[in-house]
Amino acid sequence: MSADGSAGTLAAHPGRDRPAYSARERYGGWVDEPGLLGALATIDHKRVGVRFITTAFGFFVLGGLLAGLMRLQLSRPDSTLIGPDLYNQLFTVHGTTMMFVFAVPIMQAMGVYFVPLMVGARDIAFPRMIAYAYWVYLFGGAMLFVALALNIGPDAGWFSYTPLAGPQYGVGKRSDFWAQLITFTEVSGLLVAVSVITTIFKLRAPGMTLNRMPLFVWALLITSFMIVFALPSVMMASTALILDRLVGTHFYNQAEGGDALLWQHLFWFFGHPEVYFIFLPGLGFVSTIVGTFSRRPVFGYVAVVLSMIATGFLSFGLWVHHMFATNVPELGKSFFTAASMVIAIPTATQIFCWIATLWTGRIVLKTPLLFVLGFFFILVLGGLTGIMLAAVPLDLQIHDTFFVVAHLHYVLIGGGVFPLFGAFYYWFPKVTGRMLNETLGRWNFWLFFIGFNVAFFPMHILGLQGMPRRVYTYAAESGWGTLNLISSLGAVLIVVSVLLFVINVVRSRRRGTAAGPDPWGASTLEWATSSPPPPGNFHPQLAVNGREPLWEPDGVSGRVDGLTNDPPEVLVTTLLDASPHHRRAVPAPTIWPLLAAIATTVMFVSSIFTPWAVVWGSIPIAIALIAWFWPTREEAAKHRKRELPA
Amino acid sequence: MTRTAVAGVLVALLLPTGCQRESRRFEAPAGAVVPPPPVRMSELQPTVATPHQTIAPRYEVNARALAEGKRLYSWYNCNGCHANGGGDKGPALMDDVWVYGSEPANIYATIVEGRPNGMPSFGGHIPDEQVWQLAAYVRSMSGLVPKDAAPSRDDAIQAKPSENRTPPAQPVMAAPASSSERSQ
Amino acid sequence: MTGFAGRRGGHRRRTTRRIALTPVVFPMAAIAAPLQDALQPAGPQAGHIHALWLLMLGVCALVFVAVVAALLVALRHAPRGDVATAADTQALTRDESTVRRSVGAAIAVSVALLLLLFGATVVTDRALAQLPLTDAVHIRLTGHQWWWEATYDDPEPANVFATANELHVPVGRPVVLSLEASDVIHSFWVPNLHGKKDLIPGRTATIAFRADAPGVYRGQCAEFCGYQHAKMALLVIAESPQQYDQWLARSRASALPPPDATAQRGQQVFLRSTCAMCHAVGGTPANGKHAPDLTHVASRQTLAAGALRNEPAALAAWIIDPQQIKPGANMPAHALAPADLLALVAYLGTLQ
Repeated sequence: MSADGSAGTLAAHPGRDRPAYSARERYGGWVDEPGLLGALATIDHKRVGVRFITTAFGFFVLGGLLAGLMRLQLSRPDSTLIGPDLYNQLFTVHGTTMMFVFAVPIMQAMGVYFVPLMVGARDIAFPRMIAYAYWVYLFGGAMLFVALALNIGPDAGWFSYTPLAGPQYGVGKRSDFWAQLITFTEVSGLLVAVSVITTIFKLRAPGMTLNRMPLFVWALLITSFMIVFALPSVMMASTALILDRLVGTHFYNQAEGGDALLWQHLFWFFGHPEVYFIFLPGLGFVSTIVGTFSRRPVFGYVAVVLSMIATGFLSFGLWVHHMFATNVPELGKSFFTAASMVIAIPTATQIFCWIATLWTGRIVLKTPLLFVLGFFFILVLGGLTGIMLAAVPLDLQIHDTFFVVAHLHYVLIGGGVFPLFGAFYYWFPKVTGRMLNETLGRWNFWLFFIGFNVAFFPMHILGLQGMPRRVYTYAAESGWGTLNLISSLGAVLIVVSVLLFVINVVRSRRRGTAAGPDPWGASTLEWATSSPPPPGNFHPQLAVNGREPLWEPDGVSGRVDGLTNDPPEVLVTTLLDASPHHRRAVPAPTIWPLLAAIATTVMFVSSIFTPWAVVWGSIPIAIALIAWFWPTREEAAKHRKRELPA
Repeated sequence: MTRTAVAGVLVALLLPTGCQRESRRFEAPAGAVVPPPPVRMSELQPTVATPHQTIAPRYEVNARALAEGKRLYSWYNCNGCHANGGGDKGPALMDDVWVYGSEPANIYATIVEGRPNGMPSFGGHIPDEQVWQLAAYVRSMSGLVPKDAAPSRDDAIQAKPSENRTPPAQPVMAAPASSSERSQ
Repeated sequence: MTGFAGRRGGHRRRTTRRIALTPVVFPMAAIAAPLQDALQPAGPQAGHIHALWLLMLGVCALVFVAVVAALLVALRHAPRGDVATAADTQALTRDESTVRRSVGAAIAVSVALLLLLFGATVVTDRALAQLPLTDAVHIRLTGHQWWWEATYDDPEPANVFATANELHVPVGRPVVLSLEASDVIHSFWVPNLHGKKDLIPGRTATIAFRADAPGVYRGQCAEFCGYQHAKMALLVIAESPQQYDQWLARSRASALPPPDATAQRGQQVFLRSTCAMCHAVGGTPANGKHAPDLTHVASRQTLAAGALRNEPAALAAWIIDPQQIKPGANMPAHALAPADLLALVAYLGTLQ
């Protein structure tokens, strides 16, 4: 059975003893048209979600290859393998890819796929917007790599400080491509965030009050709100940068009343919350996996939720810790030291709650839990080096050195990627109907864990020994050669581990053990439907009565009848108590989100070269949007049929 | 299938333009310095006209060359006489009047040889590669280079619109000003 | 943890060979290879930070070990289950007050430790701000792509002089650096002496430190600034007050006229080719402001902002084609006849 939701026949479900219905007969308007047009026009959140996740993973691999090249260059002193110009592009595109094109989008993509299922909804809110967001994201990420291939890859670092990225010193169009990539990913990110928030607030299954929501859903809710508040800051920053470069404004020009430091404030006001966009969903994965594989609800649900909320708020008050070496006032810096230390407390709370859950549970030591154990080790270490970096005096020594490179990889890979891999192993059966191979999974985990520590731990020492960041080479007399070589060898192990994962996925899709609806005996609603879920997710819509609906005796308290499949309908419920409010028809699949995304891409890329592109480019976008929203006769007729007579 | 084809075509189309503008050639071209061929400064020729020979615009399509030219313009104190292109003791460089020719080779010759009435001769004092960069930058001051390669604004007090927003001023040849006209 | 001092921890003597037969032998030749290591503080600022580092390392290591130990104990203590094991839904209603108390205690301990670390941070901050600054040496450091310009300030204008990429400071006296940038953001960082401070165009920042042990301390630009960010190093040479005063006197003086014919020829080459367009040598018509001041270039330990040892062969290679050594640097290649190149190198070797 394919993972893209086109369900085929019932005969594909083992153990069922009913006559086979065609997908369209069974699921009505939820089923996409077959063929290429159906695939391009789909707005099924599961198909788009799988695409989103796969694309983001592809960018992860690309970004990782760039890192591999960097490690190759740094493995020996005075290496002439890669010159400074190419190296600058490599580390910039590596960082930009990992932060903007992999980590945040993949967390959002996991939300696109799993949030509607976990809240018991039949669809995500604003599905056409999700499709558009995906295409815009794909084209933006592709633009970045096409630029790199054409020697126009950005080369001013992933946070692109002015004046180096500014009009005078940022020669050529490279930083313009960077700034436009931000535009692409911010449009995509904002739209997905809005959709996820709406889904969580308005489409939950009846009875799923806010304090019965799964912890992963809480994590995505908080993350999405953070995205809505933080992303506009980088939007403004990158737009101002493009204006400075293209049109000659003076936002970052000291001499004409601007300020080079303005960039840093605007960027990091977004940039610090951004790492929590990556970290919080990771915490959501951990909560989910710890609960399922301890065979008990996570201890301290309220504490964990409040901790995540606190983290979300606090993360907006930390940004100056990226600027401790500048000459912003010292007293202000101390405030940010305090805030940067305080944010450790909610994270610590969650960690202690999870350890308590494991301690008082019954452990099922499968691959998802292995990755979560790896998370504990690596993230805690990374968090503690974060406390060190929070202290201004110590930060002044280790800022902008390899110590920070080590720290950021420990928290982002430990706090984001390890839980993500755990989530892949956990949810692969749900998405594809097959289990990933457990042996390969263990090899994957151990190679990744060992390779990661071998690659990144030495960097702490290198930083203390004086090795700054973003250096394309270093002298032999520095004594940094040995640790750099060790680090590069660790990177090789990481590559092998990711390769094993890809092999595991490819093999298991065809030959993996068939998984039923709930292979892990888990408690949340996505396991209450088939693997993979049918179009429309739940037939019928379920109502719940507890935090762990599949575990508690009356967890699934009932079903909702009367929602049609043609036109497909979702049940909209109230925000706090999730009591049913009204039915809402889901729009039909359409090619217009793709076309609108193409028009958007043309406008964004052309505006790198001329400001007139904004004027002329909005015309095709307007046409596409009008066509997108134009109601068809067919839909209007169906809606009229559903209305009650006067 | 179609998507990859379209992408391939786009990349193929963009390839040459991106390459020329964005290449960063740190090494000066190898080989001995070849002086540029003489550039004609008059349309009139006796008997049969030999075709006009121009040098390929290698520098003025390259963003880094233009940016280097801009840096060198201030480092070598061209603005001491030419200000920011508006001219002072020396003639304006951002207008359409080119006393000694507007081709890159003309400007190269002007910089290297010097000119009467005050333009110093920089031959031997500025390496050839840099003279070509300066010549390309001087042309950009009247908007004669591709807009996407032209430098953008400096991080300094703005004296004029940046070269990428300068409207093109098509060159006209003018006779050198006599000393009486110049001393205003 | 040896920085530049060599893995065996010993001192390496740097032998000096010169083409020109200048009889001056620099005391610097005997100083050890440079250190670049935050864990070997040579002054009070780096010392305070090092103390904070040790405290944080200790506390964080303890916390890390405790958390990992708790995790491992949890894994050992809890019985094993299976996906088919019935889930413990009693946990939703049962009284888990012992667990709650343990978690609460762990949080309380974490908060206490954080307060301790925050307190230590505040103490260190204050200590750093309280470096006595009487009788300080004032230096204006300007960051350029990709070299450091240092101007030693003095109330007497005639005593003000500029040098590049190498600072001499007296041991035991505070040094106040005023930091500016001419183009993009750079960052001054000499780990053995203090933390880093950014040089931001349009702003003047200040950093103060004191070297309490003589030695050669290497620093590097710590804010990505373009192609040659990796090779933008500087040396801070801390020496006895007498040696410092001698160096000061030499540096304030203009260059002596070239002593022999080769050096004279070299000076002519210098003044007649591109060199004088950007570089300055005191006492000659060369007055360029955009490149390092070369009045005393032969007295420095390194060239090209720490990229090369200051030896004639390196200098010749640098002059002929800087792009081979620092691709992207602002210094162009020079086509010089071999005899001219040798003369030029000889002349520069006389600029002690």
